[in-house]
This record gives sequence, C-alpha cells and structure tokens, in this order.
Amino acid sequence: MGDVSIFLQHMTNGVSLGSLYALIAIGYTMVYGILRLINFAHGDIFMLGVYLTYYGVTYTSLPWWLVFLLAPLLTGIIGILLERVAYKPLRGSARITILISAIGASFLLQNLGIVIFGGRPRAFPVPQMLNHVVRVGGVSINFVTFIIPAVTILLLLGLTYFTTKTKTGLAMRALSKDYETASLMGIDINRIISITFFMGSFLAAIGGILWGSRYPQLMPLMGSMPGLKSFIAAVVGGIGNITGAVIGGFILGLGEIMLVAFLPRLSGYRDAFAFVLLIIILLVKPSGLMGDKVTEKV
Amino acid sequence: MLEVIDLHVNYGGITALRGINLTIEENQIVTLIGANGAGKSSTLRSIMGLVPKSKGQVLYKGEDFTNLPTKDIVGRGIAMVPEGRRVFADLTVEENLILGAYTRSDHKAVANDIKSVYDTFPRLQERSWQKAGTLSGGEQQMLAVGRALMVNPKILMMDEPSLGLAPLLVKDIFDIIELLRQRGNTILLVEQNARKALEIADYAYVLETGQLVLEGPGKTLLEDQRVQEAYLGVAR
Ligand SMILES: Nc1ncnc2c1ncn2[C@@H]1O[C@H](COP(=O)(O)OP(=O)(O)OP(=O)(O)O)[C@@H](O)[C@H]1O
Ligand SMILES: [Mg+2]
Repeated sequence: MGDVSIFLQHMTNGVSLGSLYALIAIGYTMVYGILRLINFAHGDIFMLGVYLTYYGVTYTSLPWWLVFLLAPLLTGIIGILLERVAYKPLRGSARITILISAIGASFLLQNLGIVIFGGRPRAFPVPQMLNHVVRVGGVSINFVTFIIPAVTILLLLGLTYFTTKTKTGLAMRALSKDYETASLMGIDINRIISITFFMGSFLAAIGGILWGSRYPQLMPLMGSMPGLKSFIAAVVGGIGNITGAVIGGFILGLGEIMLVAFLPRLSGYRDAFAFVLLIIILLVKPSGLMGDKVTEKV
Repeated sequence: MLEVIDLHVNYGGITALRGINLTIEENQIVTLIGANGAGKSSTLRSIMGLVPKSKGQVLYKGEDFTNLPTKDIVGRGIAMVPEGRRVFADLTVEENLILGAYTRSDHKAVANDIKSVYDTFPRLQERSWQKAGTLSGGEQQMLAVGRALMVNPKILMMDEPSLGLAPLLVKDIFDIIELLRQRGNTILLVEQNARKALEIADYAYVLETGQLVLEGPGKTLLEDQRVQEAYLGVAR
C-alpha cells in the first residue's frame, strides 16, 4: 500500500464522517432558520432514531430496509411532537425561555432513554449487505463507508429540490426571513414549522442509522457528542444556511479524521478539533462561512 | 362589503386605536389618511389579524372575521401590500409572485395571473429571474403590489404604496389603483400623499391619534378647510 492509497482511505473515512455530521447539522440549521432556536434536543432525536431502528430490526419480523425507512418517519413525527410540546406553547416568549425548554427537552429525552432502553450499551444490528469489506486498488474499506456519502448526496439533492422547486419549500424560505409577510401570503405557519421539524428529525434519524452501521454501539447518551459537533458544523457553515451546514459537516469530519491520521500524537484531542474550529470561526467570521449577517448571540 | 366596528388595538400599554368604524362598499376606493403614528397601519394590520384586537369586530359580507387567522383571511380574498414593500429579497421575482398565490390551487389561473401581472408591470417580467433584493425601490413596490394581486383578491389593502417613490412612479401606482378598481377590485388605501389619495377615493376617513375625526366622499374632504390645513399644506 502506497501513501496515496492510505490518504485515499482517510479521505473516504473523512467524507463519510462528514456526511453524518452534515445530515444532523441540517436539522439544527433548518429549525434555527425558521424559529431562531437552537434545538438542543436534536442530538437526542438522533439517538431516538437509532434506538427505534434497533428495536424495529431486533424485535419485529419486518425486513431491515423497511425498518430503515419506517424508523426515520416515526422519528420525524416525534420531532413534530417535540415542537408541539416543548416549543409551541412558548412561542412569543423570550428566547432564553425557549432555549431553557430545549435544554430541558434534551435532558428529558436522554433520561427517558436510560429508563426505557437501559444504560447498558447495545449492538446495532448492521445488515449483512452493508457490513463487508471491499477492496478498491490497494485500499480496503467497509462498504458502509461508501454508502454513507451516497445516501447523503441523494438526500441533499432531494432537499435542494424541495427548497427551490416546491411551494412548501418556497414558503419555508419566506418564513425564515419574514414571518409577518409570509402569513400575508396565506402561509400556514404552524404547518411549515411542523414540516421543518419533521424533515430535520427524519434526516437526523437517517444519519443515526448510518452512524449505527458504522459505529455499532448504542447508548442513550450517544446523541450528545455527534449532536454538539453537528451544531458546531452548522455554526461554522453559517447557521440557518443549509449549504453551509453541509460544508461545515464535511470540514469537521475531514478535519477530525485527518488530525488523527497525520498527527497521531494529537489523536487524544480528536473531539477538541471541533471546538477549536468553533472558536476560530467565531473570532474570524462569526456569521459562519456562508452566513450573510451576524446572527444574534444566544 | 367590509365593515369594521368599534376597533380597539393596544400594544402593551400603548393604545394605538380607540374605536374605529369603517365601511367599505364593493368596487370602491376607500382611503384612510392621517399623520405619522395616527394608527393607519395598525388598522390594516388588525383587520388582517396580524395584531390582536382588544375590542371590536370585522365583518366581511356578513361573516365574522374578527378572530380568523391571517391565512384564512387571505384565503377568503383579502390581500394586503404591507408598508415598506417587504418583498422576499432572497427569492426571485417569479418566486415572490408564486408565493402570492400560495392559497390557490387553480394552477392554470395562477399562470395566467402571473402573465397579467407581467403585462401590468413589464419591468418585472424582464427581471423575473432576478432576486427581489436586487430590484430598485420602485420595482420592489411593483412586485409587492403584483404579489398581492396574485391572491386574486376581492379586497386589496395597500399601506403607503407610494412611499419613497419618484413622482412619475407615484403617478403609475395611482393609475394602477384606478385600473384595479375598473377591473372590479375593492381597495382600501392608506396614504401620506393625501391629495392624490383623496382625488381618486370614493370615500375617505381621517385618522388622528387612534380616532376618526372626519369622513366623507374624497372630493368633499378635498374642499374641507381642516383637511386642507392639516394634510394638504394649504395656508389659511
Ligand atoms: N409593534 C408595536 N409596538 C408598540 N407600539 C406600536 C407598534 N406598532 C405601532 N405602535 C404604535 O402605535 C401607534 C400607531 O402606529 P401605526 O404604525 O399604526 O401608525 P401609522 O398611522 O401607520 O403611522 P405611519 O404613517 O408612520 O406609518 C404609534 O404610536 C406607534 O408608535
Ligand atoms: Mg404606517
């Protein structure tokens, strides 16, 4: 194996991890765009998506691919319910109030997870089809590593189509800029908010399934770190901007993998990479790479 | 057709409207004039359900609109051109128009209406793929009017459509208002440009610090001494 193939191997891993961050970051950024709210429970929604998939595959006789589709749909509905219960009653309240509610919702979901799913780690049932090693050139790579970016790209294309070509997508973009004028168009604001939460949670669950297929250990607190890093990815890209969230996700994923690969002595600081990046961005360009205006501090 | 009865609006401790009564007949141009802060925008915004009414009623063809959500008011055919244009700057001209027709599902008629907006405002057609934020102020105002027309409204409410426009464009806007009336629309016009508004209005109301102080046919108010002194700059 030459240096090139080792580099390619790291590249693939980085792109793959970056895709996962991107999928989760989109949910943060979409919700922020509409409600100016950092949905701290988003990482826990991701966790719920993984567990739902786990239970679906392990305890029902449904084929795995069907569970992989149904679990995200169910997670999307949970996302809608989260908004109805934790955020909607507080709409119009001070931002800090809603933020505290978000933090509370996050703790609630984590602790419910511990109570219901148990604190003991579980193994994600990775389908045989995804779980084998392929050799490309001199590089041997797990098949999921290829699947992850491919699925991500497909979803991104779908999302782009939705936001630019459908009336609901246009309404979402309008709403993220000007609530009042959007309602003068006859847009049903509650409906658009629900759709936003559904889509963000759906994508997080897909991210969760892919995450579980790659790192098959499940724990109720597993959403915290990926959630936090994806949030950072969204901020780095410019929160509220979907393209920015994707770019931020890839920067984070690639950066993290490359750091471990080429500076092995710093590999203990793997998680710190995201935070260092966050600090740099906040100092240099607080609005993020794709953000056009400085967002208010929360 | 549209009736506003004893409308009160408060913002926290501030009282913006203290009992307004308006009647708007079908196919009329009705104007509401008054100084800055008199409560003109508050009147339109509370009719649309954008700000809560602390007291009073809005009836449309006998139906109670008082507590209807904005989206349903728009759905029943009342559109508003908001003060300061408020076009969606990141969306293209065409996308802005498409959103104007958000409540409609008659795709063919919507496509026709986009064409007719372009006929009325040829400049918008030339710029249909441009982001609305890149338009000039006058073009944005045309877009705001066009977007409201996409609702296919029975009543069109306009909040200072001529604000900040060059005299030639102001004339255009007023020509369009008259054209709309000829086409069967009903118009409630809020204006700082009192003379022009009174000239085209069938009926006019004068608002002062949240209360109506005068009303009558536009032509009559043009001759009224108090109106002349306060709003038309005519010295005694
Ligand atoms: N959102 C708000 N919060 C608090 N007070 C408000 C709000 N909107 C309007 N007001 C107050 O209500 C009163 C009426 O305002 P409104 O905007 O209706 O006046 P207007 O006649 O449209 O004035 P202009 O000609 O300047 O547009 C003013 O005293 C204004 O300060
Ligand atoms: Mg006003």
